[in-house]
Amino acid sequence: METTLKICAGDVRTATRLIRDLEDKLPHARPRLQQLFIHTGKSFIIGITGSPGAGKSTLTDALIGEFRKHKKTVGVLAVDPTSPFTGGAILGDRVRMLRHAEDEGVFVRSLATRGALGGLSQAAGDAIHVMEAMGKDVIIVETVGIGQQELDIINHAHSVIVVLVPGMGDEIQTMKAGIMEIADVFAVNKADRPGAKQLQTELAALFSATPLAPDDWRPPVVSIGNLYEPAGFAEKTAELAQKVLDHHDYLIVSGQLSQRMERKAMMEITDALKACILEPVLTKLIATGELKDIAQRVKNREADPYSEAEAVARRFLKVGETT
Amino acid sequence: MSERKIRVMVAKPGLDGHDRGARVLARCFRDAGFEVIYTGCHQTPEQVAAAAIQEDVDLVGLSCLSGAHRVLFPRVVELLREKNASDITVIGGGIIPEQDFDMLYKAGVQAIFTPGAKLDSIVEWIREHVKARHF
Repeated sequence: METTLKICAGDVRTATRLIRDLEDKLPHARPRLQQLFIHTGKSFIIGITGSPGAGKSTLTDALIGEFRKHKKTVGVLAVDPTSPFTGGAILGDRVRMLRHAEDEGVFVRSLATRGALGGLSQAAGDAIHVMEAMGKDVIIVETVGIGQQELDIINHAHSVIVVLVPGMGDEIQTMKAGIMEIADVFAVNKADRPGAKQLQTELAALFSATPLAPDDWRPPVVSIGNLYEPAGFAEKTAELAQKVLDHHDYLIVSGQLSQRMERKAMMEITDALKACILEPVLTKLIATGELKDIAQRVKNREADPYSEAEAVARRFLKVGETT
Repeated sequence: MSERKIRVMVAKPGLDGHDRGARVLARCFRDAGFEVIYTGCHQTPEQVAAAAIQEDVDLVGLSCLSGAHRVLFPRVVELLREKNASDITVIGGGIIPEQDFDMLYKAGVQAIFTPGAKLDSIVEWIREHVKARHF
């Protein structure tokens, strides 16, 4: 209870510690999140995604600045990859956001993926809830640098910014499924570089072929030039922030916000079911060495994985027939 | 399955743009399996302390090659204390004359590594002295 009160009062140490305990899966952490949950769900959650080095952290820094001008409090979750070899990680997104370090209205927390493959970390959803409970008006979730289909962000964010840079391929790339489909707002970053015009044209063409009703949302494209030409950069990043806020208004008016929140709730309950049904079973099978025995049998073709899984399910579930 | 992972921050306070050493260390800590928050150059002690608290690190490694360590390192320790975060270990490195060691230790810097220190010895020191904290 004390944790809940402190976090709802905005206490950074308690919040960041709970995030860590959730990341580390300490046994006391989950019940604390359960208590906290009732205080979540009021923040506007923005996802920002794109390839490594596209400028996600730099744009996040600019967005923080814009939202602070509007007197909104901001939480940032910045995800960077964990080494598959050592388990270590360099969390370097914060380097771009240092000017906000002392602003008490801004809370930046870095997360390592710890093996998750969807562009976020397993604890990202939990960490979002902790920041929501702190009362942050806006939460920006920056994914790891992604490729074409690490799209977990759509299950967590209300609005998604996809950051693109010129010179990454021809119009076939913009036609492909995956990343190009999830954008609510496109940012063409480093637009002072060759190929920016072409990329903008391709993005425009992308939606000219899609039949959209007049009221439908057409993802706007904001081209952002050189960071070292501050006036132009500031103007464009202000426009980016405005487009995201416009999208938020659209989500509310069109009723899509409710749909997206339902999709998120569906994912959260699915994940929670996996955590409380599948994980204890796996933990037990690993601890007893049974999983290894099964793997041996499957390897030697004495058994198939499907029947073995069914046998395990019959033992652990009350309803033996899983189908 | 729960596992406590060590989180460290590598920071360069003050007017000092020489971050080669700090970067080498950050990589080395990554390879040791730590989660490393790298915050780069030109920070005020206030920024360093605030970031360390927000990131919930176990240890802050300060690097300074400019000669301002006598002011900057103790200030970081002091700020962490003020914010009830004195459980965060502070260590330092860089161009630091031996006659300053005592003064820094007294100020609360727990270890100092100077040029020639073996990377392994730094990792070992951290493993030995920094246990990921439980509250």
